[in-house]
Formats: sequence, C-alpha cells, structure tokens
Amino acid sequence: MFATIALLVLRKDVAIEVKSREILYTTLFFAVSCVLVFAFAFVKEGRVIEDAPAGILWIAIAFAGTLALGRTFERERYGETLRALLLAPAPRAAIYVGKLLGMILLLLVAELLLVPLIALLFGAAALFARPLLLAGLLLTGTVGFAAVGTLFAAMLVRSRTRDVMLPILLYPITVPVIIAGVRGTSALLQATPDEPAATMWIALLVCFDVVFVTLALWTFEPLMTE
Amino acid sequence: MIPDFDRIQLTDVSRHFGRRRALARVSLTARAGDIVGLLGPNGAGKSTLIGILATLVAPTTGEVRFGDINASGHDALRHRIGLLAHELHLYPELTAQQNLVFFARLYGLDAREAVPAALERAHLTDRAHDEVSGFSRGMRQRLALERALLHRPRLVLLDEPFTGLDDHAVGLVTDRLRRLAADGCIVVMATHDLDLADGLVTRVAVIRNGRLISDEPAGPGLRARYRMLMGSA
Repeated sequence: MFATIALLVLRKDVAIEVKSREILYTTLFFAVSCVLVFAFAFVKEGRVIEDAPAGILWIAIAFAGTLALGRTFERERYGETLRALLLAPAPRAAIYVGKLLGMILLLLVAELLLVPLIALLFGAAALFARPLLLAGLLLTGTVGFAAVGTLFAAMLVRSRTRDVMLPILLYPITVPVIIAGVRGTSALLQATPDEPAATMWIALLVCFDVVFVTLALWTFEPLMTE
Repeated sequence: MIPDFDRIQLTDVSRHFGRRRALARVSLTARAGDIVGLLGPNGAGKSTLIGILATLVAPTTGEVRFGDINASGHDALRHRIGLLAHELHLYPELTAQQNLVFFARLYGLDAREAVPAALERAHLTDRAHDEVSGFSRGMRQRLALERALLHRPRLVLLDEPFTGLDDHAVGLVTDRLRRLAADGCIVVMATHDLDLADGLVTRVAVIRNGRLISDEPAGPGLRARYRMLMGSA
C-alpha cells in the first residue's frame, strides 16, 4: 500500500512533467547558467582555482534544487491538489515519499548534465576517474537535500512568504550536505583521488539521509494537518 | 474494514488559528439523506467547518463523530468522505481520464470500472483524453464533482459548488446532489447562493463570526429568513 501510493504520486508527477517540461527546463537552464557564470569567474587563462569545480557543482545543485522544489509545490498549490492528496485514505508519509522520489529524479537528471559540463568547462575530467564514488556522493547528497527540501516546501505551500522562507529554512539545515558533497567531490578531484576521504563523506551523507528521511516521515502527517 | 456511518455530529467544536477564532463552540448534527446548507458571510467559518468535517483541519476543542467513531486519528474514515472545494483539486496538465485514474488508484479503486462510469456521469466521455486545462469552468466543475464522488463517499462536502456555472451546469449539479441524498449520503454544502440553496437544501445552518446562529429545517423564504438572521445577529 505504502509503496503503491508513493509510486502513484511519482508517476503522476512524471506524467505532468513529461507533458509540460516546465520544471525540467527551468531547472536545467538555471543550473547551466549558474555553472557558466562561475566558469567565466573562476577559469583564468585555462587555470582553475583549486576545489572550485566541486563547490560549483554543489552550489548549482542546491540552487537548481531550490527552484525545482518551489515550482513542484506551486503546481500542487494550484487547484489545491495537495489538499486532495491529503484527503485520500492513504498514508500521508507515502505522499511525501512520492514527492521526494520525483524531486530526486529531477535533480539526478540535472546532475547528469551538470557533471560533464563542469568537467568540460573546468578541466575536471578527474570527476570520472572514480565514477562509483562520484555517483555515491551525488545520490546521497541529493537524497539528503531533497528530503529536507520536500518537507519544507510542503509545509510552506500555503504560506504567502514561501518563496522567501524556503531558502531561509532549507540552506542552514542542508549545509552539512553541501559541505560533505563539496569535500567528497574535492577528494575525488585530487591528483591522486583520495578514496578513503570520499568514502567517509559518503558515510556521513548516508547518516544525514537516514536521520532526515526518518524525521520527515515522522513529522509529515502532523505538519500537514492544519 | 472500512467504517461507515449514518450521521455526523459536532459537539462544541472550536478552532483557533493563532489568536484568531475561526469557529466557536459549534454543535451540529446531520443524518443520511440530509442536504445541509451552510450559509454565512465571507470569513464566517464555513470553509473551516468543511475542513474539520473533511478531517483536514483539527478542531482546537470539541468532538467530531462520524456515527459512533471519533474522527481524531481514524484515517480510514477518509474512504467515506468526498470533498469538492472552490479550488477543484484537478491537475490541469493531465487529461480528464488521467485525473480520474490517478484519484481512483489513490483510493484503491479499480480504475477500469470506476473511471468510465464517472466520465459518463460528468458527460465528458467524448473529452476523456483532452487536457483539463482546455475545459470550461462548468466541465471542470462536473469532472471535479465526479472525482470527489469516485469512491462513493457517505459524507459529501461541497464548498461553493456553483461558482462560475451556467444554468445548465447548475441543473446537472443540483440533480446529482439530490440523487446522492436520496441514496443515503449526507451532503453538506457551503454556499452564498441563497437562490440555489432554496429548494435544494433540507436543513439550513447559518454561521456568523464563527458561531452557529441558526440550525433548522429548510422552509420557504430562505432569503428573507437569512436577512433577518444577519440583521439580528
């Protein structure tokens, strides 16, 4: 029942996005613009500031993710469809998981574009040297960021100041994700990739994910009851 | 097993949002076959009351019972509650059929059986594969009503169901509501449209400033009675 509802919500979000492509295009455009601006600032005569690609990758993910979170729940606000979801005799946590999976999927698509783009513009081909570790960092970091963001975006959906409040609430709590993502990616970008360090940051991100997904599942129902 | 009930009962229900009082000690009972008209000016508390009956808003104090079941923490009751709000709870990017299939599955229904019947009742079978964004207000309203009734709820909650409808669409919706009441549903309808409520509702509950100031069987001269209550309250 739980998984069925979560997948149903995910499929619905994917079906809407396949038709409108609104959030995908705006997120990708924003993420690419962000990377391009940083490329002009940080690449001078073919030389790149050390660790800049790692920071830019995670800043682009965070900014694009915030944009996508706002738009996803704006869609549920229009027509008050979130209320219809909450009225269904389904576990409300399953609705949260469905929305979370949609957000993770969207961010992973953005990352599929961002990673090669950063590797190209910043000469960071080393990103692909340890693909599994990079995938692990991206996946765990994305889950952590999206888990907190989805909860806050749902909470703020009826607030008039949601566009201002979402980043104010989201960024302080997801700072550990951004730091772990940046440090883990930097470790992979060393002349000799520092695998133990990257693995340690992945482990930290897994802990963050477990804590915040559990907290979100626990608090979603009471937070969504008016 | 999905619980069922033949009456709803609110006892001294109050709801505060911060320091603002939305409802104050409202007591109300409605039985199967009733069409209860919730009347009152803007901000009177009608939508809050609908939200409480829908289990979407928790009362600050008081008790809501569905038959013998206390509403708090009894999520399975939502199998028996249908809500049509002013916002239609439809995804405009999806087709009429996709919207109904999604909500049918959300309620654990067999979409192959429930959806074609709902489309037929909404007179939208030939527009099943059109996006809802291209529908008129009346078509959306009919679709939204059938979406709210897909799971055959016992309690049907309607918040301003006639907004933006032409005469033909109003006729279809009122006929549907009468049939629902005849079939044993409890219909609770918040509306400002006294002309439409007159002759449709079987009970009238008037709310002002969060207080229930009248709860009586419907009779002739609803508008005059309402004006008198508003003037005297």
